Amino acid sequence: MGEWWTTETSMENYEISSISHVTMSPSRRNNLVSMYSFPLSKSSYSVISAFCTEDNIPQCISYINQELASLGLSSTCIEAISPGDTGLSTVPALNAMYELLQIHRRSMCNLEELEREQLRKSSTLEHIQMSNTRLKDQLELSIREKSGLHETERQLQLKIKTLQSCLKTEKDEVQKLQSVIASRASQYSHDAKRKEREAVKLKERLSQLLIDRKDKKLAIDVLNCLGRADGKRRHWKTTKATSSHEDEMYKSLLSDYEASQRSLMLENAELKKVLQQMKKEMMHILSPRQPSTRGATADDSQEQADLDGEAKGGDASRESLDQYCEHAREQLTNSIRQQWRKLRNHVERLDSQGTSQNQLESNKEVIPRETHEDEMERMRCEVQQCREFIHAQQQLLQQQLNTSFDDETAALLNDCYTLEEKERLKEEWRLFEEQKRNFERERKNFTEAAIRLGREKKAFEEDRASWLKNQFLNMTPFTHRRRYSSSDGQSALSISNGKIPGLACFQTKILATLCMNILPRQFLSLRFGNTEVASFAYLHPL
Amino acid sequence: MNFSEVFKQTNQLCKVSPDGKYLATCVQYRLVVRDVSTLQILQLYTCLDQVSHMEWSSDSLFILCAMYNRGLVQVWSLEQPDWHCKIDEGSIGLVSSRWSPDGRHILNTTEFHLRVTVWSLCTKAVSYIKYPKACQKGIDFSRDGRYMALAERRDCKDYVCVFVCDDWHLLRHFETETQDLAGLEWSPNGCVLAVWDSCLEYKVLLYSLDGRLLSTYSAYEWSLGVKSVSWSPSSQFLAIGSYDEKVRILNHITWKKITQFEHPAIIDNTKATVYKEAEKRPGVGSDEMPLHNITMGATLFNTQSKYEICPLPVQIPVVKPDPDRASPKIGISVLAFSSDSRYLATKNDNMATAVWVWDMQKMSLEAVLEQTSAVRCFQWDPLRPRLALCAGNTKLYLWSPGGCVSVQVPTEGGFQVQSLNWHCSGDSLILLGKEQLCLCYMDTDQEDNCSPDKNM
Repeated sequence: MGEWWTTETSMENYEISSISHVTMSPSRRNNLVSMYSFPLSKSSYSVISAFCTEDNIPQCISYINQELASLGLSSTCIEAISPGDTGLSTVPALNAMYELLQIHRRSMCNLEELEREQLRKSSTLEHIQMSNTRLKDQLELSIREKSGLHETERQLQLKIKTLQSCLKTEKDEVQKLQSVIASRASQYSHDAKRKEREAVKLKERLSQLLIDRKDKKLAIDVLNCLGRADGKRRHWKTTKATSSHEDEMYKSLLSDYEASQRSLMLENAELKKVLQQMKKEMMHILSPRQPSTRGATADDSQEQADLDGEAKGGDASRESLDQYCEHAREQLTNSIRQQWRKLRNHVERLDSQGTSQNQLESNKEVIPRETHEDEMERMRCEVQQCREFIHAQQQLLQQQLNTSFDDETAALLNDCYTLEEKERLKEEWRLFEEQKRNFERERKNFTEAAIRLGREKKAFEEDRASWLKNQFLNMTPFTHRRRYSSSDGQSALSISNGKIPGLACFQTKILATLCMNILPRQFLSLRFGNTEVASFAYLHPL
Repeated sequence: MNFSEVFKQTNQLCKVSPDGKYLATCVQYRLVVRDVSTLQILQLYTCLDQVSHMEWSSDSLFILCAMYNRGLVQVWSLEQPDWHCKIDEGSIGLVSSRWSPDGRHILNTTEFHLRVTVWSLCTKAVSYIKYPKACQKGIDFSRDGRYMALAERRDCKDYVCVFVCDDWHLLRHFETETQDLAGLEWSPNGCVLAVWDSCLEYKVLLYSLDGRLLSTYSAYEWSLGVKSVSWSPSSQFLAIGSYDEKVRILNHITWKKITQFEHPAIIDNTKATVYKEAEKRPGVGSDEMPLHNITMGATLFNTQSKYEICPLPVQIPVVKPDPDRASPKIGISVLAFSSDSRYLATKNDNMATAVWVWDMQKMSLEAVLEQTSAVRCFQWDPLRPRLALCAGNTKLYLWSPGGCVSVQVPTEGGFQVQSLNWHCSGDSLILLGKEQLCLCYMDTDQEDNCSPDKNM
């Protein structure tokens, strides 16, 4: 307001604009402005008094007419009573004032209305906002409730499912049991029917037998009784026999039990051996770590101590214990379990170490790797050698095959081989022929010798026989009688038989025996007749 | 492999003598004895009626012919053809007849299982055993022929009688803890007797020779139980096949289950080889040698087949049995150990076309043989681990660890192999058809048509 005072002395347009600004600013500040309307009007009154002075009455009048026209009050115009006079015509002025008052009152009413409206609206807005927040809260609550209900519904659904499956299984079981019952019932009925049929047959047969009364006796008709299969006689049934049966039965049972026990013991011993071996090997695997593990953990050394203790104390005493002692068996199995656990831990540790620290050159990793690599090297060398060998063989084979396909050299070679063979064969043939000839010669010689020998032998025998005969004849007392026997060789025997039958016979017999003793059989058989004849030929001329 | 010519037989009665030299067959009411190597007829006997059962005595000198209709048993001697023996059971009837292990006694079970009559051929004496039980396997002789176990039912309770076969002296008589005893079997070493309950209760009891109960085994309750039981030849294992399609193996030391073998319909995740029989259809309209085909005659209708190795997983065809019928066709009905106890062959009635071979050393499945038709019969070679099986068609199938082979039986008129028996030397097989029989001589070296090594 102070500002306005300062500006009031400036040009009229500026005053007019400032006044219009005061009266016609349709903004929210109007509220404030309206509250301060009365003091403002007072101040504006002073501004209005400053607006019109005695100098500028007609300008003011014209300006006010303009303003009134712009407000739509064209009918009322303020006029001056006379030009150049400072007075106004009252009627239009009063009308104009009345119009303006009316306008003002209307606008005040409007303003009140509007304010009332605004109050109402703000209260409804507040109310709505409150209700909005309340509803939001309610919504949240209901959403939470809904999720809770969902959860319970889900659980109930799950429960329903499990109950349904239980129900299904129960139904299945019931069905199964029903089928079992049905099958049992059918089996029972089948059996019962069978028994009934049999009973009926029995009854029929019984009635038939009672009617018939012709009881066919049971009998056996055997041509002859057989012997027992094992050839023994039938024994009497005595108590000794029955007890011997019992004994035999128990004996066979016992032998069977013994056999099975023996086999079980063998098996047991085998398994024990295997376990012992396993334990030893496991200990062996775990023990070499002791000198090499520097960076090993404390429990390793602890294990080593255990192992050593076990190794020293365990085996000797255990071997001496009774093998079938329960205690010993338990000890063995426990120690095996222990060793196995240690081995497993060790392997697990190795695995973890291997995966985590690949560069760690701990001794226990180097040694196996080194040996592993050595082995690999060795095997590679071996493989190489074998390959070379195979290659060489292949080459040789190829060579051989190749040479066989080379005609000239092959033929030549073949020729050489065959020549050599021919030569050899010729040589052998020659030898063979020579040997054959020698053999023939020898055989001829031999046969000639044999013939000669035969002749000589014959001559010798003849001589001998004659000598013997002479000897004998010189010995015998009947020498004179013989002179009378005929010289007929053929009838020598008969004549001698006729005359001195006994003597001749006796003589021939003696001679024959002599001959048989002296001469070889063959000569005798071949030339018996001849010698006899010969001998008689010799005999008789004497 | 050589096949002999086809001979007639009736009633599947064809047995080789225990010493392996003779083959006895029944044709109607005649008994024909042939030499096994030359198949010449050595003896011919005539019985009084159609023979129902025929059995060699253990010393291969006598043959028993039982005629259940007439209640007669006739015994023939091989050495003396004019020796005769006729046992007449009279009005009491005859249901089963068998030799005793010494070959000098005959045990006849009368009709309705009233009693078991023991006839002695040495003394013509008769003994009776009362209250024998009528069950799947009520009488069993131990392998050495010294003891006989017989199931007895007295006052609604089951008992076992152990007799000494020498003089039929009752050694032991004890009650068993079974509801309804279905069968009993001696272990091959003769020291343990396995006794099992009927299929309504799964219970296997093991008794020692002197009657003490060694152990009881029961795998489950209520469902149908034991279907078949078999000892391994070494007496180490007892295999129990049950209606739940599983085989459980018990060991002879603790009598506890060491493993169980399952027979699933889909085979997966196993190292076993699955052999599937595939038929090779001959090209009927082929250009090459149609005349040859026609002259082959029966071979046109007999399709050749070979085995193929199937990659896993393999599905075995399953036939669901009728649940309302008694003794349903489900479960392990046949168990057979090989002679060295190394392999076990099983058949599940549900999957009638498949034979499963298990390795007892590794306790796992070794091979599965899937045939085109239902397997009728299989039997292990008495000496080697070689399995022969037949499926009611004209082929013979052989499995060994080296491979599997399918052989066509070269007979005219189509000879359907219903069952087979090995000769005790393992050199030949006797194939039985409905009314015919044929011998198959094996080569000393096996032929492997299909080997797992070739395909791996």
